[in-house]
Amino acid sequence: MAAKKTKKEQVVLHDYESVIIFTPVLSEEQLKDVVSKYRALITENNGEVVHEENWGLTKLAYPIEKKTTGFYHIFEYKAPADFVAKFELAFRRDERIMRFLSTVLDKHAIVYNQRKRNGEFNQNKKEKQQEGK
Amino acid sequence: MSKAKTTNNPMMVFNTTPETPVKKKYCRFKKNGIKYIDYKDGNFLLKFINEQGKILPRRITGTSLKYQRKIAQAVKRARHIAILPYVADGLK
Repeated sequence: MAAKKTKKEQVVLHDYESVIIFTPVLSEEQLKDVVSKYRALITENNGEVVHEENWGLTKLAYPIEKKTTGFYHIFEYKAPADFVAKFELAFRRDERIMRFLSTVLDKHAIVYNQRKRNGEFNQNKKEKQQEGK
Repeated sequence: MSKAKTTNNPMMVFNTTPETPVKKKYCRFKKNGIKYIDYKDGNFLLKFINEQGKILPRRITGTSLKYQRKIAQAVKRARHIAILPYVADGLK
C-alpha cells in the first residue's frame, strides 16, 4: 500500500504515537517550553500533530532515575517514515526526558483514539471505576 | 468483575466436580468486538496480569491467541513507560 503511494506523492505520512516522560524537576513553564519545542519539531519536518494529551504529574509504577513521579505527555501525529528516528534522537539527547515510547498506529488504533477523544467510552469507564471504588 | 475473578483463578477451574459444571471460557475481545488494546490504560491491563505482574496464560483468561499476542505486546509497552511494574508483590 505505502510503496504504491510513494510513487504518486512525494511525502507519505504515517500515523505514530509517542509517549514521553519528563522529569518531575521541571516547572510548569519549563514543561510548556519543552513540549512546544517538540511540537514545533513535528511540524518543521512536514508532520502534523493530530492530538496531544498531557497527564500532568503522574506516579510511576517503578522508580526511573531515582524519581517516583513524572510528567506524561502523549503526541499523536502524522509524519514521514524517517522522522521517528530523528525525533527519538532528540529525546535521547534531552536530559529532561526520562523515558519515551514511539509506536506505529494501525487502523484499529486510529479508530480507538478517535472514539476516545470523542468521549465514547468514558461514560462506561467512569461507571466501572465508581463501582470498583 | 465477579466473572473475571472466577476465570482468573485456576483453582476454581481444576477443582470443580462434575456436579458443578465449569462455565465455558470465552474471549472477551471477540465477544465484545474490541479490536485495539490500549497500552496506556493500566487499569484495563490489570485484568491480564497476576499479583506479581506476570502476564496470565490464555488457558486461564480464555483469550484467543490473536488477542493474547496483543495483550502481551500492550503489557510490555505499559511496563516500559512505567504504567505497569516489571516486578511487583501484591499488585491486587
